Amino acid sequence: MFGVVSDLSRWAIPVVLLLVPLIAMIRGVNVFEKFVEGAEDGFATAIKTIPFLVAMLVAISIFRASGALDMVVGILSPVLNRVGFPAEVLPHAIMRPLSGGASLGIATDIIKTHGPDSFIGRLVSTMQGSSDTTFYVLTLYFGSVGISKYRYSIISGLSADFTTLVASVYVAHKLFGPA
Amino acid sequence: MVNYIWLGMMVIGVLVAAVNGHVEVVTKAALEGAQVAVKTAIDLIAIITFWLGIMKLAEAAGLVRVLSRLVQPITRFLFPSVPKDHPAMGAIVMNLSANILGLGNASTPMGLIAMQELQKLNRGDPKEATDAMCTFLALNTSCITLIPTTIIGIRLIYGSADPTEIVGTTIFATAAGMTVAVFMDRLMRYLYYRGR
Repeated sequence: MFGVVSDLSRWAIPVVLLLVPLIAMIRGVNVFEKFVEGAEDGFATAIKTIPFLVAMLVAISIFRASGALDMVVGILSPVLNRVGFPAEVLPHAIMRPLSGGASLGIATDIIKTHGPDSFIGRLVSTMQGSSDTTFYVLTLYFGSVGISKYRYSIISGLSADFTTLVASVYVAHKLFGPA
Repeated sequence: MVNYIWLGMMVIGVLVAAVNGHVEVVTKAALEGAQVAVKTAIDLIAIITFWLGIMKLAEAAGLVRVLSRLVQPITRFLFPSVPKDHPAMGAIVMNLSANILGLGNASTPMGLIAMQELQKLNRGDPKEATDAMCTFLALNTSCITLIPTTIIGIRLIYGSADPTEIVGTTIFATAAGMTVAVFMDRLMRYLYYRGR
């Protein structure tokens, strides 16, 4: 199962890059011209996201560097330990929706410290693999079209993150047993 | 909502730094955050430009339409407000497929195209997200990844006996998240319109 999917991932883009221009050509499209026409918007789209990304990443950076994140971890850890949630992975859980790079850094550190095949190592791997950087995605996607009123998007995104977290802890306990 | 979260992070951050007696880290952190943001956007230019070109070809060749027809039963349910055969549907489908395959750098540009197409369908305030956008982002942030390549790589580096053993647990957790994302999106939409 893994082999098939992994091959699929490896081949997907090369196959797309082979077939799309070829089929377009057969359908009578001016392939080079069309490509350039489409690519034209790339610069503007990326630049448009800058103010939105700066706003969000500055806030996240301050929140983390000030020690506020550690404070939240300190308050929550004792409670969470009781429900089978190891305090070591809490910084990761809080950081995950905020910053992909930082949460990956935390996950790497945990795997390095506790070993990839420890309970905590497997749990944090599952958490990292199954969730996404909600705030970054929202900021980037909405920012690219100039939307600043997100309505309830953050709530549905965060409740999905929370569910993923609970499900990760549950399935890790089921499959890998507590350490 | 985003206003409060943003303000909260800024205010709490500065206050905590002040109380801890190292208020100067705030200045450094703010600048670093801004730099990361601009660097991210600049890095994005390359892949976005490239994939926008490929997407245009796929659209001109009629491939996007074929793909979006294939998954129409699902997308009709998830995005009732997007017309059949609209380019937004094609881009959404491409974005989610790339996500599922773990092709992170291809999924972002396609997601941005999807947002642009959805914005064209926005009949209300151009600064306010539409129903379809909210659904799309809920799906996107919780989307199933079959192979979480990055974390498997890290497990491999640190000598795991079985780096891929977390694939099953990941799919389980992400499926749970995705179910809740769709459910919460519908529930919140209902509450949103009722509260107006």
